[in-house]
Amino acid sequence: MNLIQLRKYWYILSLLVIVPGLISLGVRHMNFGIDFTGGSQLQVQFSRPVTDTEILAVLAEQKLPADSEIQMSGSNEALIRTQALTTTEDTNLKNALQQQLGAVLPVQLDDMVGPAISAEQMRNAGLALLIAFALMLVYITFRFEFWFSLAAIIAIFHDILVTVGLASIFWLQINSASVAAILTIAAYSVHDTIVIFDRIRENVKQRKKGEPLDDLINHSILQTLGRSINTVMTVLICLLALILFGGVTIRDFMIMLLIGVISGCYSSIFNASPLWFDFKRLRGEATASR
Amino acid sequence: MAGKKHRRSTNRQQQKQVTPVTPQQETTAAGAANQQSSSKAPRPRPEAPRGSVDRARAASGAMSGGNDVGRAVGGGAGFTPANGSAGSGAPQRPQAKRPGINWSDAGILAVIVLIIALAVIFFAQPIASDLQKQLGIDLQGGVSLTYQASQLTPSTPVTAEAMNSLKNNFEKRVNGLGVTEPDIRLMAGNRIQVELPGFKDPDQAVKTLGTIAKLEFKTEGPDGKTDDGPVVLTGADLQVAKAQIDTSTNEPEVALTFNADGTKKFAQATAANVGKQIGIYLDNQLLTNPMVKEAIPSGNAVISGGYKTLQDAQNDAVLLNAGALPVQVQLLQNQSWGPTLGQAELNRSLMAGVIGLSLVLLFMLLYYRVPGIVADLSLIVYALIMAGIYILFHVTLTLPGIAAFIISVGMAVDANILIYERLKEELRAGKTLRSSFDAGFRHAFRTILDCNVNTLIGACVLLYFGSKMLNQEIMGFAVTLIIGVAVSLFTAITFTRLVLHLIVGSRLVTNPKWYGLHKWNLASALGRVPNTQQT
Repeated sequence: MNLIQLRKYWYILSLLVIVPGLISLGVRHMNFGIDFTGGSQLQVQFSRPVTDTEILAVLAEQKLPADSEIQMSGSNEALIRTQALTTTEDTNLKNALQQQLGAVLPVQLDDMVGPAISAEQMRNAGLALLIAFALMLVYITFRFEFWFSLAAIIAIFHDILVTVGLASIFWLQINSASVAAILTIAAYSVHDTIVIFDRIRENVKQRKKGEPLDDLINHSILQTLGRSINTVMTVLICLLALILFGGVTIRDFMIMLLIGVISGCYSSIFNASPLWFDFKRLRGEATASR
Repeated sequence: MAGKKHRRSTNRQQQKQVTPVTPQQETTAAGAANQQSSSKAPRPRPEAPRGSVDRARAASGAMSGGNDVGRAVGGGAGFTPANGSAGSGAPQRPQAKRPGINWSDAGILAVIVLIIALAVIFFAQPIASDLQKQLGIDLQGGVSLTYQASQLTPSTPVTAEAMNSLKNNFEKRVNGLGVTEPDIRLMAGNRIQVELPGFKDPDQAVKTLGTIAKLEFKTEGPDGKTDDGPVVLTGADLQVAKAQIDTSTNEPEVALTFNADGTKKFAQATAANVGKQIGIYLDNQLLTNPMVKEAIPSGNAVISGGYKTLQDAQNDAVLLNAGALPVQVQLLQNQSWGPTLGQAELNRSLMAGVIGLSLVLLFMLLYYRVPGIVADLSLIVYALIMAGIYILFHVTLTLPGIAAFIISVGMAVDANILIYERLKEELRAGKTLRSSFDAGFRHAFRTILDCNVNTLIGACVLLYFGSKMLNQEIMGFAVTLIIGVAVSLFTAITFTRLVLHLIVGSRLVTNPKWYGLHKWNLASALGRVPNTQQT
């Protein structure tokens, strides 16, 4: 079995995950939190069980838009997302919720983000990613070579597409912490890829005459496979523990990390190294062994 | 794969023949033979002279107790089936061949383990209670407000000076709320962020901060006092207040400059009130109550005689300017966390973290065995150092920060895994334990460095943008990641290396089996190609 010769299938497998994600992104976009859209968000606990229709009725009475989102967690806790409230509107809403539905004041979470701040968040998040990409590209080119860095960056891009696409499919909430998640995924992905590239680099130095490059890469991947699997296992153990037993507010964040870490492990083994081989092949520096 | 297996079994057969007869074969590729012969030296140097080998053998024969300990820890089974059967069946021969334990290395090792155990026992509680005091606003509850300052009129740009007086103004008002550690800071883009940890009422906070202080100049009322007298000027009339020293009397004073409107009003008020007091009130609190000596038509006045030091005058000037802010503020972001949410979330997440970390410790122990113990010790030391840094530098604990801590634990574990996987490879390639350790560490370290530098690059970019986005969560995440990566790099090259070195040096455990070379090796099951014939 040679992982490199099977690379066509690995690429297809990646596309099978990425393409539905992209379609979902195009059709229904993402579940942007108020960090990006601007708006108010209240997490309210009620002294008695309530339904989302009851809450929507109170919102309507306060002349708040009907497309406000109510997300129930349990029967007496709700997350209300609506337009950016002024201080008076906010106070009125909370008082109405208390009087009519028995909301417990002060509420558990009360966020208001003005629309001005959110457009800026978007721009900065994109810029942060681009700059991080560029710096990593420079570093890997400096420590390894350009084709390695290009393959590593494509692998990161793959992981981000997978994560963002699946986040859209699973409708995970995107807030400013998600930006942190994406950047962590990028960092982890490079981390994983570098370990394998490091081994390829080392084996290339000791390459026997006539040894095909795909054999060498396959060899290198297998040599580091134990480490790749064990490392991702330890991170997955921590993340799963946090998703299953941890607090609710960080759950979407942790699920994004989980997706990204699995994708990062996959792409470093099944995308980055085969891509590097293809680059070398296209440049005429390597031929397939069979 | 079949060929590889065949090759390995050939190795074993060589060992069977070689080991008992000529233990001095330093350069053969046969791993166990090589390893056993070299580790026979009193000091764990593979190139130790022959004579010392004999002496060591004699010494180890005398120290039979030590040998028993070594075997108990190392396990009865040897690396090869032949040796293994000898180990349990005929103890005499292997005992003579077994290298003695290096008691000084073993002693240092024991002391290190003891120190870590004591540190955990004695410091766990104080660390937890110290960290409890550094909970971020999202964990302990509180209010965070972000305001955007913008120019009042097109002709008055928002200056750094104006932002500073806004900050002073906010500080004065926040003091009235009774929050123990309020945090007010100026941000890029003429923004100001006010954090009130533990404060429960966002509405009151907004009310207190949101309105511009009301500065009023009042003349004497019917009762001769200024507190309920008519208002003659407001903050909008004042252009600037400045503290200075009167050059002739050498006394501190506050110089007031009014704008065009204010100049007219002030001229009228002073003309009508010569010899009387004009009280200056900020939010209905008396700042100063100066006597009007003469009519002042120029729009420039001086409050003098009431100040002992320049600082006193400065304070009043700041307050006067605050009341006459040349900016208007607009609430951009208002976040508040109820204390119950934070506490419940924290407990849940901490419990999850403890479960996750325990599973990782268990996994490392089961999979890597002796190095797994080293990894677990390293992780404990890592956690202690992180906690120490958190306390020393008052790093605020936030939810994303805890997430970053867990990721950084993953990276710290990865450093260990990289070293041990490399160690196993070198052992498999037939090197001695000692040289496997050296080579494994050297190779792994370069990889670890490259990985971590890349993560640092990512985290620094994150930190920079977090500060630009005024996002405390992202900043907390980035800071934790940066500290975590740095500390994990540090523990990998110092502690992990030292302890592994001591374990190898002490010869408490010499059987490669206990260094992770066991049968149910995942990677070899998946068809790993051994790293043979390498230097």
